[in-house]
Amino acid sequence: MTAFDEMHPQDTGLRKPYSAYDRWFQAQDPTRLTEKMRDAERVFRKTGITFAVYGEEEAAERLIPFDIVPRIISGSEWRRLTQGIEQRVQALNAFLDDIYHRQEILRAGRVPKELIASNEAFLPEMIGVRPPKGVYTHIIGVDIVRTGEDEFYVLEDNARTPSGVSYMLENRETMMQLFPELFQRVKVRPVENYPQLLRQSLSAVKPDNAHDAPRVAVLTPGSYNSAYFEHAFLADQMGVELVEGQDLRVIDGHVAMRTTEGYKQIDVLYRRVDDAYLDPLTFKPDSTLGVPGIMDVYRAGNITIANAPGTGIADDKAIYSYMPEIVEFYTGRKAILGNIPTWRCSEPDSLKYVMEHLAELVVKEVHGSGGYGMLVGPTASKKEREDFAKKLMARPSNYIAQPTLSLSTCPILTEKGLAPRHVDLRPFVLVSDRIQIVPGGLTRVALKEGSLVVNSSQGGGTKDTWVLDD
Amino acid sequence: MLLKISHRTEYRYDAPLLYALQRLRLVPYGGPAQTIKTWSLTIDGAREEVRFTDHFGNDTRLLSVEGDPHVISVEASGEVETHDTAGVMGAHRGFAPLWLFGSETRLTTAGDGIRALAGGVGGGSDLDRLHRLMGNIRERVAYTVGATDSGTSAEEALLQGTGVCQDHTHIFTSAARLLGFPARYVSGYLMMNDRLDQVATHAWAEAHVANLGWVAFDVANGISADARYVRVATGRDYREAMPVSGIRLGQAQEQLAVHITVEQ
Repeated sequence: MTAFDEMHPQDTGLRKPYSAYDRWFQAQDPTRLTEKMRDAERVFRKTGITFAVYGEEEAAERLIPFDIVPRIISGSEWRRLTQGIEQRVQALNAFLDDIYHRQEILRAGRVPKELIASNEAFLPEMIGVRPPKGVYTHIIGVDIVRTGEDEFYVLEDNARTPSGVSYMLENRETMMQLFPELFQRVKVRPVENYPQLLRQSLSAVKPDNAHDAPRVAVLTPGSYNSAYFEHAFLADQMGVELVEGQDLRVIDGHVAMRTTEGYKQIDVLYRRVDDAYLDPLTFKPDSTLGVPGIMDVYRAGNITIANAPGTGIADDKAIYSYMPEIVEFYTGRKAILGNIPTWRCSEPDSLKYVMEHLAELVVKEVHGSGGYGMLVGPTASKKEREDFAKKLMARPSNYIAQPTLSLSTCPILTEKGLAPRHVDLRPFVLVSDRIQIVPGGLTRVALKEGSLVVNSSQGGGTKDTWVLDD
Repeated sequence: MLLKISHRTEYRYDAPLLYALQRLRLVPYGGPAQTIKTWSLTIDGAREEVRFTDHFGNDTRLLSVEGDPHVISVEASGEVETHDTAGVMGAHRGFAPLWLFGSETRLTTAGDGIRALAGGVGGGSDLDRLHRLMGNIRERVAYTVGATDSGTSAEEALLQGTGVCQDHTHIFTSAARLLGFPARYVSGYLMMNDRLDQVATHAWAEAHVANLGWVAFDVANGISADARYVRVATGRDYREAMPVSGIRLGQAQEQLAVHITVEQ
């Protein structure tokens, strides 16, 4: 199976979006580029971008490898992608509003009731809540893969707390530091204003009764969290407070943070704490990461929580398989961006098919993320497949399966020159009274030759992603 | 029937309170079986932070407390006109879907005991089966104060054969769900004919029956609710309908005193 290479497709030589970059690249001295690669690593070490990998013996923080060859998308390709993403994001918010109100989509039989009823991501405490501007999921990371010139698919929707945007920003900054001349030659649309857009977007969904300059804060579980760096980075870049649960309490009908000058009201909380830990008075009583009573303040309309609690019901992998129906139900149109065909192992016929084709499929946990607990059939050993089959048969409804797609490749710089590696793309979407998508996103790249797993926890790296201003 | 209710809750703390929150569900709504004539909530020593309607339609208030050791008191009182509807509360209302009331909670998770109880109900009309379920629970679980606490599950109470109205209600809702009826927990007041002072708030169950809607079953007294009952809050179990719940920071010990009167 030959993958589509986004720079050098086999039949046509060099693809147009890469032509300006390629001219520059050909003129470079290879040893200089190798030095630049080391410079990049130093920059990352200095800025402290690290990533804690769960499940490893020493839970060591380590660098996510960065590759200096950009992934380049043309303006027209990007326009098509954004149309598809906007449609999807509208549908996700409409779905959440419906699920927490009349549940028309269940009454219409387009999504099975059991999928919601038996799902821990469905929060009864959200029933009847309509957040400001009707937005439930404010920050979304839509994972997209490409398989050909015009073939894009959505791999998953991250509607709870998508991470990785700090890498997008740092990658661009690093590239501009290393190769300022390159950005003179190639017109690349900017991503640097993401923190300002995020702050504006969060401010625009302030509670109706909040003052005109709402106070925004980022809630982090603390420095032990794997994404703490990103929480601190975003708060700093937005110019807002980074807070932990212990800094906050309910005062005068609002959530307020402790400062040296007393308590100050918070209007919009960008929370990076999971639902279950958000409010010990409402959810897990022993959580020390959240704010007791914040759900009461929320239901009273005195704070905006982004993303809203309970948005996980929209990005669950079992729900994902219904996204084409969901998009059509709420937008009245076919999905512009397709889904990857998905077998729901909860259905006996699908389970049978999956068991018979394990060697060809990717099998994922319904509620999993980060590439943990998944089987990549074609690269797994016979023993790995057999072990996985036992887990699958024990709890079929816990799994979905998808064909192993031939993900597109982009070249990375290796010691032997350019070499193709598989990539995906996570554009970041901001929803307020409008939908904004920063041009680009996070390109994740599988650094191992032939590997299809791009997750940073599984040895993936990242690239700067360029959308051309053409 | 016009019922006059007074429900006074008093907390005493023996040390300074760093911070505490109390969530109150103490304000009844009108419905097919009751009209609220007057109702007031008087709070002393604590601050009302917010009020809202929760996901089951309950009037909910959040109070905060901090500072020196002191007494806080909450008094809910008012007059409610009640109507005997033979326990029928009518069609389901609100955004909480009926199927939600078919789902288990930690306190109402069925074990072998509840499964056997539900299995032993036998056939007949929906109402027959629910009445038989109520009767069977009454026979199995004796009303005993102090044998269980607010964290006792339906299965545990059934197995030990003792409990209070909360346990009876949990067992009923858990078993009714197994039998296919959406079921919920009701917290409220009951006027006992033989006394003015009530020991505690009362609890009973409601099951949803096709063509009738919600129907109330008071297992502790073996009857469907009549004009002596005032509904205050509902949920899938005690935790979701409880009149007062809270969280407290600091070393202070809390002493609770409750005084309830219901009279005609």
